[in-house]
Amino acid sequence: MVSARTLRTVAMALLGALAGALLWALWGFDAYHRQSPVNGAGTTQTPSSAQLERGQYLARVGNCVFCHTAPAGEILAGGRPIATPFGNVVTSNLTPDPEHGLGRWTQDDFWQALHLGLGQDGRRLSPAFPYTSYSRLTRADADALWAYLQSVPAVPRPNTAADMVWPFGTQTALGLWRAMYFRPHPNSNESSAPAGADAVAWTRGRYLVEGLGHCQECHSPRDALGGLSDASRGEGGVLPGLPWYAPSLRDTAQAGTTDPHALQSFLQTGVGAGRFAAGPMAEVVLHGTQHLHDQDAQAMAVYLQSLVHNKTVLGDTQASIPVEASSGAYRIPTPKQMSSLSPAHLQGGEMYKQHCADCHGENGQGRAGVYPALAGNRALLMNKPNNAVLSVLYGGFAPSTQGNPQPFGMPPFMLELSNAQIAQVLSYSRSAWGNQALPISELQVQAVRDTQQRR
Amino acid sequence: MLYPLWRLALCCWLLGACLTAQAAPFEDSMAQRSLACTGCHGPQGRSGPDGYYPRLAGKPAGYLYNQLVNLQQGRRTYPLMQSLLAPLDDAYLRTLAKYFAELEIPYPPPAPQPTDKALLARGMQLVRQGDPALQIPACVQCHGSALTGTQPSVPGLLGLPRDYLNAQLGGWQNGQRQAQAPDCMADIAKRLSDADVHALSSWLSSQTVPLVSRAAAFKPPLAPGAQEIRCGSAPW
Repeated sequence: MVSARTLRTVAMALLGALAGALLWALWGFDAYHRQSPVNGAGTTQTPSSAQLERGQYLARVGNCVFCHTAPAGEILAGGRPIATPFGNVVTSNLTPDPEHGLGRWTQDDFWQALHLGLGQDGRRLSPAFPYTSYSRLTRADADALWAYLQSVPAVPRPNTAADMVWPFGTQTALGLWRAMYFRPHPNSNESSAPAGADAVAWTRGRYLVEGLGHCQECHSPRDALGGLSDASRGEGGVLPGLPWYAPSLRDTAQAGTTDPHALQSFLQTGVGAGRFAAGPMAEVVLHGTQHLHDQDAQAMAVYLQSLVHNKTVLGDTQASIPVEASSGAYRIPTPKQMSSLSPAHLQGGEMYKQHCADCHGENGQGRAGVYPALAGNRALLMNKPNNAVLSVLYGGFAPSTQGNPQPFGMPPFMLELSNAQIAQVLSYSRSAWGNQALPISELQVQAVRDTQQRR
Repeated sequence: MLYPLWRLALCCWLLGACLTAQAAPFEDSMAQRSLACTGCHGPQGRSGPDGYYPRLAGKPAGYLYNQLVNLQQGRRTYPLMQSLLAPLDDAYLRTLAKYFAELEIPYPPPAPQPTDKALLARGMQLVRQGDPALQIPACVQCHGSALTGTQPSVPGLLGLPRDYLNAQLGGWQNGQRQAQAPDCMADIAKRLSDADVHALSSWLSSQTVPLVSRAAAFKPPLAPGAQEIRCGSAPW
């Protein structure tokens, strides 16, 4: 029999621990990390032209410029809305305007924003600004970025307040979030390249993929509070607030290739070994990665190649089945499921001939560098049909890049085909030419349409 | 006498059906690249079947380019076009605009003339003289005396369905359609009453497109008493 007194003591201890954790999250956490030594403290000399050029390059390939420039707006003056499941955030003015931009910031303030996610006044910044990745940036790169930001014309555009569902935008909520999901990067090489990899390229590639490129902010599953866990980084996830699915960088069946040349070409031109950047990735390539120097693109490819833990290699154009895909992104139907396909399926075949075959080929073979093959197509065969449905609904172009300046386009079908018809034609394609994936339903098409239209 | 004609018509129809049933061969051309556009805007950009998807063929390249940029950047609101154009750079938008501008495709016959004579008269008056009392300039002042547009950026006003004209003027009135500042058409459209919009679209849509349908090389001389108009989309 436990006495009431013991119970009371235990309860008090628990409450005390909870209060302590809260106090730590709200006051201790930030203060503790702000004390940490500033890695290679910045110089305040006039920036050299090499530093400015470097900063401009980093701001471009890291997509700072794209996010912090409104559509039709002035460069880096902010104003682009970013949808999150908790409300909309609007990117801020990074120009040197003293009133509305970073005019009154110091180089150390900027370092603190990138490295710790804290504003000039110690205010906690929204993790829609991916400081969770930028924390990895070196002080030298942060200083180069700062020099470049200080060199652009000052624009007096007032910042737009975020429109968040209470309490997600509050400083308290952000404090708890940081304590749960964020640790500033130690800025030391915590692990080295795997055996057989070019260590210099691998280390540089990791820095670009996990730091400046912030690839894993999209290519990872997020939990209910929008947090990323270290264990699932790079495992693929649906984009916050969008129906697009960013495929796993670790599962070959989704990443699609382990050929570093194809990966490099994909980053720099939007097309690589039969793969075409689509949706948000097409914009990442257009505004960011196409500007990568060859050496950096190569390094990213080396690192991305090393991430892949499942070595089931898929044929490129031949129909092939990702049997051992470990993430469960694909599922092979049983023979019974295959034989029970409805007659609607045959109508899908007719529709395919009418609407798709001219470009994607009678046997789903596509056309090299022009139209993607559908036989063995990863996006088409995934259990989560989001990207395939979006492509049919909205059509699209691969990004126009230096290496592929005039891409070919696919017309949107959202006005021509009903949800049922789209489900039929996709279900047919998912089981033709050696493809083996379960049919998708009208409801799945509707679900994607709904999410996209809620934007 | 009709019999051979009918047979000819049947042959043509069958030939057409056979040609369309054949898989279109791939060609490395702008026509092939822009299948994403012609899916809705009709073959060669001759306009969609319902008056909602406007003609692209033969419009001035500067005008088409401005619309592509405005759609991409949200000055004109149409999510489908915005997502389609999002991954394209400026150079490619110019190439697409130039491609459609250079296509010479016959125009469809005009809509039948409405019977309301007063309506037509008001429409013609607004087009030719404008309404100085309401500060409405004549359409011809910028869109050319033949109303086929002015190079490089002012579109023609003929050969467009009435519904489309109504929708665009309405879009300017409520801000759904915008252009680079100063947005002259927004200012003008906001001075038009519903009745005047109706008169304009009825008259314009019932005119035959002249044989020479290309946009004029120069803006016509300013009519006596007319004010110069400043437009961000067509800086002369």
